Amino acid sequence: MFSMCASPETLAGFNWLLCYLTTAKHMSLYYSFGTVLLLLAITAPAAMLFGFGGAMAARSRVLPLQWFGKAYISVVRGVPDIAFFLFFVIALDQGVEYLRHVVKCPDWDQPIRQGNDFIVCDIAKLPLGNAAQWVHEIYGFSLAVLTFAIVFGAFAANVLYGGMRAVPRPQLETAEAYGMTSRQTFWRILVPQMWVFALPGLSNLWMVLIKSTPLLFLLGVEDIVYWSRELGGTKTPQFTDFPHGDWRVWYFLFLLVFYLAFTRLSEVVLDRVMARLTRGQATAAGEAHRKALVT
Amino acid sequence: MKLTTLTAALALMAGTAMAQDTVRMGTEGAYPPYNFINDAGEVDGFERALGDELCKRAELTCEWVTNEWDSIIPNLVSGNYDVIIAGMSITAERDEVIDFTQDYYPPTASAYVGLSADADIMGGTVSAQVSTIQAGYVAETGATLLEFATPDETIAAVRSGEAVAVLADYDYLAPIVEASGGELMFVGEPVPLGGGVGMGLRETDTELKDAMNAAITSMKEDGTLNALLAEWFPSDAPPSY
Repeated sequence: MFSMCASPETLAGFNWLLCYLTTAKHMSLYYSFGTVLLLLAITAPAAMLFGFGGAMAARSRVLPLQWFGKAYISVVRGVPDIAFFLFFVIALDQGVEYLRHVVKCPDWDQPIRQGNDFIVCDIAKLPLGNAAQWVHEIYGFSLAVLTFAIVFGAFAANVLYGGMRAVPRPQLETAEAYGMTSRQTFWRILVPQMWVFALPGLSNLWMVLIKSTPLLFLLGVEDIVYWSRELGGTKTPQFTDFPHGDWRVWYFLFLLVFYLAFTRLSEVVLDRVMARLTRGQATAAGEAHRKALVT
Repeated sequence: MKLTTLTAALALMAGTAMAQDTVRMGTEGAYPPYNFINDAGEVDGFERALGDELCKRAELTCEWVTNEWDSIIPNLVSGNYDVIIAGMSITAERDEVIDFTQDYYPPTASAYVGLSADADIMGGTVSAQVSTIQAGYVAETGATLLEFATPDETIAAVRSGEAVAVLADYDYLAPIVEASGGELMFVGEPVPLGGGVGMGLRETDTELKDAMNAAITSMKEDGTLNALLAEWFPSDAPPSY
């Protein structure tokens, strides 16, 4: 990046550090922060959608839908994250490829599974074997988002389900007494009031989600923890212009500061959302808010 | 105008011809000098140089990807990449799951490295990378095995005193011992392990295996493989064929 960085062995002190921290490999670390933030930005709303759908299904009056919702919540919540990430993603990937294989290569006469190998015809591969590396990366990233959304969606569904049940029954009865249909009651009375009950649980989930991004490397997406470990490991002078000892502690310290700052920021934002939501609610906090306004 | 159309057509043809022959090379990127990520953030090392040359000779386009060592075989058989080129020793156990090309690195010695020459490598705690031939060997000796996901962590465990010694490929340890300035040293005698290092492929991929085998043979015959080995593993008697 800087012209002086062409001969790092002559540098010392601050200049050395400046060159060291701007190598292309370090750029990959900074870039991976973007990857992680993007993942969170997409996953959080997606998980909320899955959660909302799951909660609606679980309290549905249609029995099969109710079973589906409850099964989704309890099965996904019960399976360890790491097992889910190893098994489900490979199964999903192979399932999609198998479907494409059946559609695109009807003439194929060999078995799909030969010993340990999973073989589909070339044009059924996803992404195609000759696709550029960035296509593979986008695909891996999308799989990660989907898997995170399903896992965290199940937890969110349980939280939202609980939130929906916590809305005081008289509120719904009043709505019915005014002649609202059950759909109107749900969207106009229940949903606006349930958030205040669901938010503490949802904020917990958000905190856990922030810290579970290292699972990304299981899917081949290189996240901040991977790059920190890689960059911090001992580097011998034969293989780098910037040899150093075991610096993982400094890199992990940096990650610690990042995660603490990020969770603190989240707390501040969530507190504000909570204050906004309690306004006018039939809860203790809403009542306190009303009294504070009156006096 | 004509010229541009012609060039475009040629580029298109070349593009399709190459596109059909893209081979994805999976490596670990954490095992210098075999493979590592250089300052530019790219895969580098003996296997990078070797792999690029093999692909050139087999007229294939190669794309490099990194994968964690522990899941490197499952990801090969499920088709995320086509070749493992990651300093993987040819063993009978692995050969049951995947296929190997002929070796491009002769059967090598593994070695113990510790903080002192009298480290108790037969009864103490010895670190090794998970799912390696070295980890299997340590488990068979009387020593307590301490496994880590990356090679770098196995060395860090010795430095911090968590393990009395580490067992790994001699050529991985040699530059680290040299750079440690006397802190680390080889302990005991080298242990001959494994049947050489080869590329791992899916058992059904016989065509690619034949192409790679032919390319390795041609590099062995004209001496370029020996030159590469001498370049990346400098010593008085570098490995050679």
